[in-house]
Amino acid sequence: MTLCLSGGVGKGKRTGKSMIRDITIGQYYPGDSPIHRLDPRVKLFGTLIYIISLFIFKGVAAFVLAAIFLVAAIKLSGVPFFYMVKGLKAIVVLMVITGLFHLFFTQGTPLVSFGALTVTREGLKNAALMLVRLALLIIGTSLMTLTTTPNQLTDGLEKSLAPLSKIGIPVHEIAMMMSIALRFIPILIEETDKIMKAQAARGADFESGNIFRKVKAMIPLLIPLFVSAFRRANDLALAMEARCYRGGAGRTKMKPLCYRKCDYAAYAVLFLYLASMIALRFVWIRMSVFLEW
Amino acid sequence: MSIILDKVNYVYGAGTAYEAQALKNVSLKIEDGEFIGLIGHTGSGKSTLIQHLNGLIRAASGGIYYNGEDIYDRDYDMRGLRSKVGLVFQYPEHQLFETTIFEDVCFGPLNQGLSKKEAGVRAFEALNCVGIPEELYYQSPFDLSGGQKRRVAIAGVLAMKPEVLILDEPTAGLDPGGRDEILDQIAKMHREQGITVLLVSHCMEDIAKYVGRIIVMNQGEVLFDGAPEKVFEHYRELEAIGLGAPSVTNFLHGLLERGLPVNARAITVEAAKHEILEMIAERKRR
Amino acid sequence: MGIIKARKLVHEYIRRDEEGNVEAIQTALDQVDLDVEQGEFIAILGHNGSGKSTLAKHINAILELEEGSLWVDGYDVSDDTNIWNVRQSAGMVFQNPDNQIIASVVEEDVGFGPENIGVPTDEIWQRVENSLRSVGMLKYRAHSPNKLSGGQKQRVAIAGVLAMQPKCIVLDEPTAMLDPNGRKEVLKAVHELNREKGVTILLITHYMEEVTGADRVYVMDRGRVVMQGTPREVFSKVEELKKLRLDVPQITLLAHELRQEGLAIPQGVLTQEELTEAIEQICRSF
Repeated sequence: MTLCLSGGVGKGKRTGKSMIRDITIGQYYPGDSPIHRLDPRVKLFGTLIYIISLFIFKGVAAFVLAAIFLVAAIKLSGVPFFYMVKGLKAIVVLMVITGLFHLFFTQGTPLVSFGALTVTREGLKNAALMLVRLALLIIGTSLMTLTTTPNQLTDGLEKSLAPLSKIGIPVHEIAMMMSIALRFIPILIEETDKIMKAQAARGADFESGNIFRKVKAMIPLLIPLFVSAFRRANDLALAMEARCYRGGAGRTKMKPLCYRKCDYAAYAVLFLYLASMIALRFVWIRMSVFLEW
Repeated sequence: MSIILDKVNYVYGAGTAYEAQALKNVSLKIEDGEFIGLIGHTGSGKSTLIQHLNGLIRAASGGIYYNGEDIYDRDYDMRGLRSKVGLVFQYPEHQLFETTIFEDVCFGPLNQGLSKKEAGVRAFEALNCVGIPEELYYQSPFDLSGGQKRRVAIAGVLAMKPEVLILDEPTAGLDPGGRDEILDQIAKMHREQGITVLLVSHCMEDIAKYVGRIIVMNQGEVLFDGAPEKVFEHYRELEAIGLGAPSVTNFLHGLLERGLPVNARAITVEAAKHEILEMIAERKRR
Repeated sequence: MGIIKARKLVHEYIRRDEEGNVEAIQTALDQVDLDVEQGEFIAILGHNGSGKSTLAKHINAILELEEGSLWVDGYDVSDDTNIWNVRQSAGMVFQNPDNQIIASVVEEDVGFGPENIGVPTDEIWQRVENSLRSVGMLKYRAHSPNKLSGGQKQRVAIAGVLAMQPKCIVLDEPTAMLDPNGRKEVLKAVHELNREKGVTILLITHYMEEVTGADRVYVMDRGRVVMQGTPREVFSKVEELKKLRLDVPQITLLAHELRQEGLAIPQGVLTQEELTEAIEQICRSF
């Protein structure tokens, strides 16, 4: 949905809101694929391994393998590829900045110069590497959140971190808070959109002016949003109490976590992936040594 | 003064999996001083339509002309349009934010560039118009009852002195007393100040009681457009799209089907009573 | 003893200023007596702020009992050790469908209640399936609540309560934020639960049309029960209801007005069929 505010109509301006909408982290894509059915702990652990693998390994081969691994997982999940890429849109700015930073501030063999800024061969390589790395990272994380309901996710975290509750960390409460926060993100985004439009109809201008004016212009948006969030929190607390919620003690689970055969198989695949990455790393080091020599 | 919509199209989420055409070739003319009821079930495109009228949503194709001027013209004053076409969203009380009721109502006029004093005069008139007693003016809007908050929020739009007032289900969630108060005040404004009103409602009884013309939306298209009595003659088609006619109209049609020679055009209790008495008197005479 | 029994229930909301001095006292419930038998369908009518929501919250032991006595399913609500039994016996559905759905998947939300009361996993699945089937939402079990219509969300909320196998469900204005179709869906579901599963229903509303199917109606005003009886008895008092900021269904009103004109129409007509019958009778008499 394109929303144009205060005279921005037709000028092709994009507002902050449409960017919020693009964030796919925390949005579940319903499905019944093997990936959806995996134990959330496998997916959490897998994502962790995947992220680590992206950062400690170098070389084209390793990235090709990482990309193949991810594409295979996406295919298996049945989530349209389009959804994954949508998550990237939200961090486009971050990616551009990171890319430029690496492009211009890496020492090495100069390629082209723009005044004081010089693009080096190494810079180009680093920038490309960093962008691929970030893209894979975001898509990988999106895949986890798109195929795991927030509740499963928090269940996974709760169970993985359960030992911590022995030292007085309220693991269940934190997990519950997270899952509720995730449930309300889309609702609050919609609400923001509505209030923005309502204030725009009263002539509010969220776009023009300097930073100071813009911040001030947010007040008519933020106050109603906070009021509404508190009202919702209050309602929700009542609704939870009315349904006999009284903390983690004595609760049973509708979907208790227990590993099945496919989860063990998934772990095996993960370790195989990790092993291949490690193997590739050694191959790469040897190759580069060989090349330098 | 008039608003003309010429073959307006709008598509939601173009290019995504959720793509849906919200408006299909909508052409309409809204004349000065009309009181129009806009009906249609949820998702029929009525909310999208009203947001086009003050430029919050831009049509994918087609034109909208306010007083003969193309609002999509490059140098058209869109903020000026927002103050001429006042839009009251559903649950407008959720937009209140100021520390006092009075300041909140001043927000719109101040955005229009009026001085504090002028804005104050506007706020005073608007609050008076929706029947908020003066002793409440300097209280927090959050301390009011639901119906009062709603009226303050409506005053916030009225204070901009719109020529056209659009209200999206202004009575949702209110009790019958609160509902009548708000609708009566709107009707009074229409009558006394000649303001053009576009009322979106799910309640056919309310629509029948107040408006002079009904526009029925279905699947992004204008299905019927005309005088209430005329539109409600299509009560069967309206039922098929989840709307229906006021219950007295349905009842009169029921009598007609049972062979009682009653005029089934009535859409209010008062008119229906008249028709039934008429029919009975006629029978007596025979 | 019936499933709900209240004697001289009083509840006051006390507002204090910053120093803790009493600023204002608002009596939300004033000497309320209530008797509900197992399996009944009770409607509680009243304008906004009449105390009906406060009453509902007491029945679910969400508010602390200060004065008077209340028993739910034989449990004394004033006894803190009964609180979970009370909440399990009397489930509660609130007005805003969004603010009572906890999980991001329909079936997980319905399972939330049973999880809290320690139902074994296998049985949770059975209960979730049965509850969703009872409200006709089984095929949406894997959906996200955000993609559902208001009426569907509210039915999920009802299923969530149903999964705790309560004897009684209190619904606090469950239809106030819904469109007419959503309203019909929810009412149909509630009536079916009452008829087929024998669940006692307490429906709080200000929509008069929703009351006609109830066994008994309580009308509240300023914290007091001011009228009670069958829908027919209550709706025959058109003038009194209007004074209480309530109204009567159009058909009842039409019947009332025709009766005022001297036609032989019985008091408290509720349905089109009844009125058609009465008018046919009059016409036949000539």
